[in-house]
Formats: sequence, C-alpha cells, structure tokens
Amino acid sequence: MEKGNSGYWQATLGLLTKILIVWFVVSFGAGILFADALNSIKLGGYPLGFWFAQQGSIYVFIVLIFYYAKKMGDIDRQFDVHED
Amino acid sequence: MDLQTTIYIGVGLSFALYIGIAIWARAGSTSEFYAAGGSVHPVTNGMATAADWMSAASFISMAGLISNMGYGGGLFLMGWTGGYVLLAMLLAPYLRKFGKFTVPQFIGDRFYSKSASMVAVICLLTASITYIIGQMTGVGVAFSRFLGVSSEVGIYVGMGIVFLYAVFGGMKGITYTQVAQYIVLILAYTVPAIFISLQLTGMPLPQLGLGSNMVGTDVSLLSKLDMVVTDLGFGQYTTTTAGSTLNMFVYTLSLMIGTAGLPHVIMRFFTVPTVKDARSSAGWALVFIAILYTTAPAVAAMAKLNLHGTVNTAVVTGGDLYAEESSIKAEDRPDWMKRWEKTGLLKFEDKNGDGRIQYYNDKTKSEEAAAKAEAAGWKGNELTVNADIIVLANPEIALLPNWVIALVAAGGLAAALSTAAGLLMAISSAVSHDLIKNIFVPDISEKNELLAGKIAMAVAIVISGWLGLNPPGFAAGTVALAFGIAASSLFPAIMMGIFSKKMNKEGAIAGMLAGLAVTLFYVFAHKGIFFVKGTEFVDMIGGANSFFGITPEAFGAIGALVNFIVAFLVDKVTKEPPEHIQHMVEAVRIPRGSKAVDGAH
Repeated sequence: MEKGNSGYWQATLGLLTKILIVWFVVSFGAGILFADALNSIKLGGYPLGFWFAQQGSIYVFIVLIFYYAKKMGDIDRQFDVHED
Repeated sequence: MDLQTTIYIGVGLSFALYIGIAIWARAGSTSEFYAAGGSVHPVTNGMATAADWMSAASFISMAGLISNMGYGGGLFLMGWTGGYVLLAMLLAPYLRKFGKFTVPQFIGDRFYSKSASMVAVICLLTASITYIIGQMTGVGVAFSRFLGVSSEVGIYVGMGIVFLYAVFGGMKGITYTQVAQYIVLILAYTVPAIFISLQLTGMPLPQLGLGSNMVGTDVSLLSKLDMVVTDLGFGQYTTTTAGSTLNMFVYTLSLMIGTAGLPHVIMRFFTVPTVKDARSSAGWALVFIAILYTTAPAVAAMAKLNLHGTVNTAVVTGGDLYAEESSIKAEDRPDWMKRWEKTGLLKFEDKNGDGRIQYYNDKTKSEEAAAKAEAAGWKGNELTVNADIIVLANPEIALLPNWVIALVAAGGLAAALSTAAGLLMAISSAVSHDLIKNIFVPDISEKNELLAGKIAMAVAIVISGWLGLNPPGFAAGTVALAFGIAASSLFPAIMMGIFSKKMNKEGAIAGMLAGLAVTLFYVFAHKGIFFVKGTEFVDMIGGANSFFGITPEAFGAIGALVNFIVAFLVDKVTKEPPEHIQHMVEAVRIPRGSKAVDGAH
C-alpha cells in the first residue's frame, strides 16, 4: 500500500473523532448527563436540557452528517483517492 | 360524508397509489429486485430510507410513549436519529465501496468464512423478525380502529397487504412506493400537529409551538402541562427520566448503534451510485426523518394536554382540578372516546360511581395529590389510555375535520407497511442469497432464488403476524428490542471489519455469538423465550431489571460491549487474517474504484 493511503486513513479517523465528540456532547452530555443543570436556562418556553433531548440534538446530528460528507470529499481529493 | 366513509376513501386511495407504483416498477432481474440496479438518487434514496425507517413505532407509538414518559421519551428521539451519524461515518460509505448486496455477504467475505456469514444471517433474522412483530402490533392497532374490526382481524388484513406488494414489487418497487409512502405519512403527521399547535399556541410550526406560550396567556405550554400533571400526581413532564440516568444513557446508546446495525437500513446504502452519495444519502434520510422526529415531542405534549383538557374542564379554565364539576360526566364524553372503547385500547370504569370520569395517577408518590384525590372522593383512576392510540386519536381529541383523521389513518398504515416491506426484503435476501445460494445450493437458478426469497417473506409474515397477536409490549418497545439485538450482534462485527485490519474470523464469530446470546438471555428472561408468554424466567436472574436497573430494551449497548470485548480477546489468541483480507480492508477504506453493486460472484 502506498504511503498516501495511511495519511488518508489518519485524516479520516481525525475527522471522525472530532465529529463523534460533538455527537456525544450534544446528546449524551447536554441531553442526558447535564440536562438537569441546563434546565435552569430557558430557550423560549423550553427548559434547555429538555430542548437538547427532544429537539436540539436532532438538528445538530443533521449538520454533523453534511459537514462530514463535505469534509470527507475534501480529504478524498487531498489524497487523490476520490471517485472519478 | 361520515367519518367512516372518509377513512375508507382515504386509505383506499393511498393503497391504490402504492400498488399502482409497485406494478409499474415490477422487478425483472435479481439485481433489480434487491438493489434497484444501483441507480437511485441520494435525495430519493433518503426519502425512501426515511419511509423505510419510520415504522409503526415512530409514527403510531413513539409520540404516545413520549407523552407518557415526558422528558425521558427523548431517548427515542436522540437514539433513533443519532444512529444515522454513526451509520453515515462508520458504515455506509465502506459497505457501499465493498459493493455487495447484503450484510451477511460482507461479513462472510471480510471474515473469509461461511460460518461467519451464517451467524450474521441468524443475527439478522432475529433482529428483523422482532422488528416486524412491532410493526404488526401497530398495523393491528391502526386497522382495528379504522376498519372498525378487532385488532386480531386488523393484523390478518395487514399481513395480506404487506405480502402482496413486498412479494410482487421487489426493492425497486419498494423504493418508489416508499417515496409515495413518505409523502403520505409526513403529511399525515404534520398536518394535524400544525392545526393543534395553532389551536393551543397560535404558532403554526409545532417545533416552535412546543416552546411557546398558551394562546392568550403568558404561561408557556410546557409549564402549564407541568402544573396540570404534577397536580394530578404524575411526574413532572419536562424532567421525568426513563428509569435512572444510567438506564436512559444506555437505552439511547442501544438505539443509536442498533440503528446503524439494522440490516434493512444498511441495505439502503447499497442502492446509491457512489461512495460519495452513500455519505450524503444518510444526511438526506435524517433530514426527512427529522421532520417527523422534531414534530413528535410537540404532538406528545399537546395531545397530553388536550387529553387532560377533554376529561377535566379545569385544565382549560385554570380552576380546581379536583372540584366535582371539573371532571366531565361520563354520558357527555366525546364520540371519539366511545369509538376507541370498541377497540379495547381505551377503557373507562366508573370506580366511585359518581358518573364522572376521573383521570389521575392513583399510585402517586406525591402526598399532596393523594390527599386531594382522597378529599374529592376519588376511588382510583377511571380512564386507561393505551399509549399506541395517542397519535391516531390525536386529531379526534383535538376535534379536527374528518379528512385529517382519514389522512392520519392512511399515514399510520403507510408507516407500518413500508417498514415491514423493507424488513421482509432483508429477510428474503438473507435466506435466498446468503443461506441458499451462497451456502447450500450454489448452482441455484436466478428464478428459483427469487422464488425462495418470496417463500421466505411469506414465512416471515406468518411468524411475525402470529407473534404480533401476542406482542411483548407497545409497538415502540418491541421495536426497541430489535435494535438491542442488532446493536449487540451486527454493528460491532461490521465496524471491526472495517476499522480493524487484524480482526479475524474467530474473533468476529465469537463476538457476534456472545453479544447476541447475552442480549437474548436478558430479553427472554423478561419477555419470554422467543416472546412466547409464560416462559419468562426473570426470577432466575434476580428480578426485573436486575443488571444495574437496566431495562431489557436498553440492554443492547451492554451486549455490544460484550461483543467487542469477546471479539478482541479471541482475536488476540488466534492467528491473524490472511494477507489478501488485510489488503481488501485497505481497499474498502478508500472511495476510488467503487463499482456498481453486482450480484455475480
């Protein structure tokens, strides 16, 4: 295997790690573990922890996937392994 | 036109549409039957995946459960959407690059072993059939109400219809049928929600309505709901968790990794043209799913408020909930309650004989609420509402026009049928392709392979319909069990197959078997062996939820952990995979050189 490919895999794993951290923080963090603490903050009529559990994390998930798709496209081209 | 006629027309038209599409797109070759010839656009595929995904559990059952559970119900919302992030990043693009039809094929090739493929088929069948049981429960609920039949007859009718178009349509038929079903079900879900949000808060978007003030007051809808339910002795809506925080955590995690491990969802990503499309397709699927999933919590809270408001006039006026005249007279109860009473899913029993309906929590831990109920002469809760009817009854509770109720009927059926059909495809391909063609009869003709697939579908429908007559729980709860099974068996194996070059067949097989076994053991202890009532052995494991208070639905995450650990340990003491397999893993990791899915070997 050429050298470029292991760099490609490192870059991919780096991106995955970053995204998984955000994924974890919004759902398991804000939505579950820290929901009680966040509930003292209000977002309109929503207690914030409740909002993350029932609304917010879903919006963040969508953004994460499209961000991932775009960044992976960049990484593919950078290491010249994209599809034609 | 009366309600029943409107419903027949609505449901009839939607069915005619799906069947028409299925006939129009009837599959010719095996490649078209399973993967629609690899020619589906990411947005179309996203929409079809959303319909495939949003089952009776999402459409019919989930908002009802959230309504009962309050804040804790968020675990379904986060779990069933967060899994798509995992799917998009960890599995979909690599499985697409791998370029085969089915999950067992990937596992069989990656772990260079027919036994691994067999084990994967077993895991797949267990998860899929459990999932279909949940769909059948939902179909039974929907048909029983809308056709005015018992829920048993409802299940038989549903079995017949699922069979018809899954068998005649194949995957391509299903892809386009599912786009139509998505449109029907999303309209059916959002239209009544918009109406109700406008009625209660004056805000048309339910996502914003849930965070708004009640019409004409400066009290927010959620704090109003909190006040009403706590006064009646229920837990506070915005803070009640599902069991413990630990249970909620692992439950959410189980649903997330189960989502990424469910074969009928993964199969979707074999049908897009390129690896790039596989990545964005998951995003599009989630967009279409999120429209329903962000509406569901609004439906849940608003239906709960409306339900309390229906039986207790003080909810609306803000008066004393425990005053005698606040509870409505049983003879004045609205028609929709009488209609649902016929299905047996809503029950009213006048325990204190005052001719009025008292709906409250008679097992409350709040001494204040208990004392008030005592003082008012209430002798126990008199109204039982099955969580599975909340969404279907929602437009009736809010007194919306008949055509909206008919639309919801059509939507609920679309949701249940589309998912059941997608699951049947996964089952059919696992049996005909992975078992019969690849293992037992390699020289089977294409025609006989298709026939075997169809017979497998028929058998699966009969088994799941039979178990659906006696379901282990609400539709969403049963479906959650299927996620646990997928999470503990398939997801870890696929993931290690991609992310570890050194994982060998011994590790993968031992991991899958251990994960599946430990999860099934815990689930069967609570729900009966193969969900047959009367075979529970929960006392043997020290009582219900004995493992750190974790419920069987939430156990998949623990099963997955066992799978990873066992696989890792076994891998350490056995020899590493052959050179060409390690090269194959490297090739799967890069997008270049992806080919259209190909059935030949």
